[in-house]
Amino acid sequence: MKKLMLATAAAALAAGGAMADVKVGMITTLSGGGASLGIDTRDGFMLAMEEANRNDVKVIIEDDQRKPDIAVQLADKMIQSEKVDVLTGIVWSNLAMAVVPATTAQGLFYLSTNAAPAQLAGKGCNPNYFSVSYQNDNLHEGAGAYATQAGFKNTFILAPNYPAGIDSLTGFKRFYEGDLAGEVYTKLGQTDYAAEIAQIRASGADSVFFFLPGGMGISFLKQYADSGVDLPVVGPAFSFDQGILQAVGEAAVGVKNSSTWSKDLDNEANAAFVAAFQQKYDRLPSIYAAQGYDTANLLLSAIDKADVNDDAAFAAALKEADFASVRGEFSFAANNHPIQNVYVREVIKEGDVFTNKIVGTALEDHANAYVDECKM
Amino acid sequence: MSTILIIEQVLNGLQSGVMLFLMAAGLTLIFGVMGLINLAHGSLYMVGAFAAAAVAGVTGSFVLALIAALAAAALAGAVIEVAVIRRLYDSDHLDQVLATFALILIFSEGTRWVFGSFPLFLDIPDALSGPVTLPGGIQYPLYRLALIGVGLLVAFGLWLLIERTRIGIQIRAGENDREMIAALGVDISKLYTLVFALGAALAGLAGALVGAIQSVQVGMGEPVLILAFVVIVIGGIGSIKGAFIGALLVGLTDTLVGIFLPEVLKLFMDAAPATSAGSSIASMSIYILMSLVLIWRPSGLFGARA
Repeated sequence: MKKLMLATAAAALAAGGAMADVKVGMITTLSGGGASLGIDTRDGFMLAMEEANRNDVKVIIEDDQRKPDIAVQLADKMIQSEKVDVLTGIVWSNLAMAVVPATTAQGLFYLSTNAAPAQLAGKGCNPNYFSVSYQNDNLHEGAGAYATQAGFKNTFILAPNYPAGIDSLTGFKRFYEGDLAGEVYTKLGQTDYAAEIAQIRASGADSVFFFLPGGMGISFLKQYADSGVDLPVVGPAFSFDQGILQAVGEAAVGVKNSSTWSKDLDNEANAAFVAAFQQKYDRLPSIYAAQGYDTANLLLSAIDKADVNDDAAFAAALKEADFASVRGEFSFAANNHPIQNVYVREVIKEGDVFTNKIVGTALEDHANAYVDECKM
Repeated sequence: MSTILIIEQVLNGLQSGVMLFLMAAGLTLIFGVMGLINLAHGSLYMVGAFAAAAVAGVTGSFVLALIAALAAAALAGAVIEVAVIRRLYDSDHLDQVLATFALILIFSEGTRWVFGSFPLFLDIPDALSGPVTLPGGIQYPLYRLALIGVGLLVAFGLWLLIERTRIGIQIRAGENDREMIAALGVDISKLYTLVFALGAALAGLAGALVGAIQSVQVGMGEPVLILAFVVIVIGGIGSIKGAFIGALLVGLTDTLVGIFLPEVLKLFMDAAPATSAGSSIASMSIYILMSLVLIWRPSGLFGARA
């Protein structure tokens, strides 16, 4: 018996050795203000790697501190001295813009766990670049579609004054058919929204759409709840994520938000993922963790099909998206960005924990607005 | 643009001004008395907010949370004064900036180490939550009114302390001539620790008060620190009165220009470019204000030295 097991192990090793080992470089934010997003990305990704339990894939993880220059240095180091085959993990669009084009230009693959700016979906698309998360506009488009479905006629919209904020409001307006009661750009990193809330009150709006990621959203929601303005609020999932909700508390309950993933999404892969994540890390997963997990599984599925050094074959293997996504049905559009549903979630309180549940679908099998601009 | 909206925005400006004052008062005192540029002042603000959130989370009491914020920030201030800052009084400003910048990093990562990377929850006490209706039909959050009240009260208390007490006399004397008051038998190092802890406690109080309506997270102090520096430059370095006037000016300018400039621009141009140009110019407004003040009075509104 023992001999047989040894033989099997040896055979497995030999089989493993036959395929080239794949080296993955993960650059993500593990310190500073945005660390919770990067930590969730890493934990989701590594959970999938651990479940696969294979020794032909090696992951190197480094902290970009949310700084573009550091991300570029890390990418150079990983490509030149570590000789990685695939890069992944960047949370922020400005960092992605600094790293991704240079990576794909050197013939490496980049799989995005989160950031997916319009530039990389349209004219700047590349056969070696895949966004496993979404295209940046998707959740805002979903929120716009939901606002139309909900019958909002006069929405007040606000976002920070930086490229992603401007894209957000553009995305929202692409699918929103009512009028705008007001359109406001706030300062990036602003923490006090009393002035904007007063404007909302005076504007005669019937609803509010906001995109304020991270701490900005926490501040806005707490102040909004305390202001006595009780118009319905819609936003993308970023401000209602698992890590953030506990800091917002009661102020977020009942708010509708758009997301491509939710922990109660009804499919087998998701149920297993949520249970395993909770078991391992003792907290609920966030959308970043889900995207990290999906990215790892997509990568593993492609490694089984093709050699990472054969660019065309590996890209084709990735494009098949032959893995069980925690988001259910999942495929890639012509520009290597997902075709998937955008759901509407509502913030609820489960026992002591604030979380989301799905209450509807805003957009079905939705791709993105840049497919036609991409020539590859 | 209705009168109600304008009054509401003025209240908002006042509220952000008095909270800025709590930050700026400590910063300007420390600079005035010890000649020290303390970049880590924002970290003390963060320490106050985290201490308040932790204590409120365990006890559920906002009053205890505020006391904890004051105590934790004062203690952190006293400890860094004795351990690090004290060695820097005779160094030039560049060394001070370097060392206190290191303190920011240590505080930030230390806080993350203790409390984790996710923002903490700190809520407004029930008694102060929700809006009240002011004369004229203005709906305004009660908690923000309370913040204005607390800020004014602290400003008055600080004025009493500086102008009417023995310690105040020593602090003012320390600003003017530190060798002389040391020669007169005042324990200067004890006085410095005290001033530093006082400034830290004010920052911690501001962090806890503001933390209840914002997000308690690592790095929350640095944006406020930048504003506080603008305030003390406008008010004149070392002047508490200057910090007070400067804070109100910055608070009002920041709030009012941000709201009204896009509206004004819409009279001359299309809505979309007016909104984006308006918000871009508005984010520069306090720095424009600062440069105008400096052109008019190079040492700030109430600055003693040039």
